[in-house]
Amino acid sequence: MKTEFSTPHSTKRRFRVLKEFLIKAFLFICAASSVLVTVGVVWTLVVEALPFFDDVSLSQFLFDREWTPLFENAQYGIMTLVCGTLLTTVIALLVAIPLGTITAVFLSEYSSEKMREIFKPILELLAAIPTVVYGYFAMLFVTPLLQKIIPGISSFNALSAGLVMGVMIIPYISSLSEDAMRAVPLHLREGSLALGASKFQTSFRVILPAAFSGVASAYILGISRALGETMVVAIAAGLQPRLSFNPLESTQTITAFIVQVSLGDLPQGSIGYRSIYVSGLVLLIFTLVFNLIGQLIRSNMEKKFK
Amino acid sequence: MNRKAEVKNLNFSYSHSALVLKSVSLPIFENKITALIGPSGCGKTTLLRCFNRMHDLYGNVKYDGSILLLPDQVNILSTDIDPIEVRMKIGMVFQKPNPFPKSIYENIAYGLRIRGIKKKSYIDEKVEDSLKMAGLWQEVSDRLHTGANSLSGGQQQRLCIARALATEPDILLLDEPTSALDPISTAHIEELVASLKKKVTILMVTHNLHQAARTADYTAFMYLGELIEFGESSQIFTNPKEQKTENYITGRFG
Repeated sequence: MKTEFSTPHSTKRRFRVLKEFLIKAFLFICAASSVLVTVGVVWTLVVEALPFFDDVSLSQFLFDREWTPLFENAQYGIMTLVCGTLLTTVIALLVAIPLGTITAVFLSEYSSEKMREIFKPILELLAAIPTVVYGYFAMLFVTPLLQKIIPGISSFNALSAGLVMGVMIIPYISSLSEDAMRAVPLHLREGSLALGASKFQTSFRVILPAAFSGVASAYILGISRALGETMVVAIAAGLQPRLSFNPLESTQTITAFIVQVSLGDLPQGSIGYRSIYVSGLVLLIFTLVFNLIGQLIRSNMEKKFK
Repeated sequence: MNRKAEVKNLNFSYSHSALVLKSVSLPIFENKITALIGPSGCGKTTLLRCFNRMHDLYGNVKYDGSILLLPDQVNILSTDIDPIEVRMKIGMVFQKPNPFPKSIYENIAYGLRIRGIKKKSYIDEKVEDSLKMAGLWQEVSDRLHTGANSLSGGQQQRLCIARALATEPDILLLDEPTSALDPISTAHIEELVASLKKKVTILMVTHNLHQAARTADYTAFMYLGELIEFGESSQIFTNPKEQKTENYITGRFG
């Protein structure tokens, strides 16, 4: 029997090549759309933010001690908002990283299959609660509780917002870290235990370092979430920009400022309008920098140990 | 000839299924290499893992009988004995090299550190000694602080042997230590194992009959959970007493 191959110009073959090309083009467009959106967002931010510096000098922006772009006697000290953002983020991470990591260790190394089946959905429910609910939880439950323990704490404060935000981030960190730890091969676990190590030593000295790359990703995600979180801080931390790291006072984060100002009517092109974009840009830069630092640490660790 | 351990009437089963080990008894001689051979599923790895109570990690197992550690006659399978203390005395090397994601130095120091040893000079000395014993010192002495995963497969396995030796075990268990390695690395490991018996008693599971014949002083042939024959390797491989042993070593099944 003769084996038949199509010739390069046969209709059948041309159609097949065209089909493959269309599929590839379609997949490319889908994949490129998110890249395009990102580029578009950054572009808009930069274009709208840059004219801000026509009116405000960079030194004012960096060194003014207050942020009052909408006042008669406007001041543009972005560091006040940066202070608020970093303060709430640090408080949140102080809660979320230890608790999230310990939860992951428990779920991955200690809990039985049954226990994990109960724990995981409940933990993931934490992530499903709308952030506005967390905000009111912070303001109406945690703050009064804190006021009983720490007299003199203001009714809007960074501490309460940060703590609640931390709880909110726990499932992000624990879930990803747990996946990373469970992916550590069994023979590493057995290798440690066979040397006479306890479960605790194995978990923290072998499994956690082995899963570090995944755990670091979880931390980075947690940091990004905390930096960008809006509702909780807008509701519970107050709307008072402050150049201070006192967690007991009210403060304002970059995100909270944007919400506050966006809700009002601002004439397009006004300095107040520009201030939204410029603070958004600063936030973006922060998130980017933390992401980069995280990536660096991760690839460093990988090089060292892989 | 001194006995280092003695397995007596050991029965073992996973949950409620059939027995994987059926009344196994055999001696382990001090400073000798004992090989466990037999077809897949014969229970040789299960027997090996009884020696350091690895089965206790997973539950769902039932065993009775004893493994006596001599000369003290302590039954290490007894529920009164803490499995962690057993593992501190009996080291193990696995099929696949499993270095920890740490530096070469820290891999070996790990066993010492979990025993609460902190003195740096002592750890330094132990790291060097164990690497020398494992024949790895010359290759890695200038890069002790680089990651262990940068080593080749054969080097990694020698590192794992060094790691087990650093804690001065009474018995060293080897679970098919060369099955994941190339022939040259395998030859290295075999030489190494042969040289180690001066310091430690070795119990080794292997699929490779030539390896057992070459390196082991004693060989135990197991089949379907039973110990069919135990004796000096030279006798087992040249003049087996049991028909099943002969069939297996001549390649008629398995």
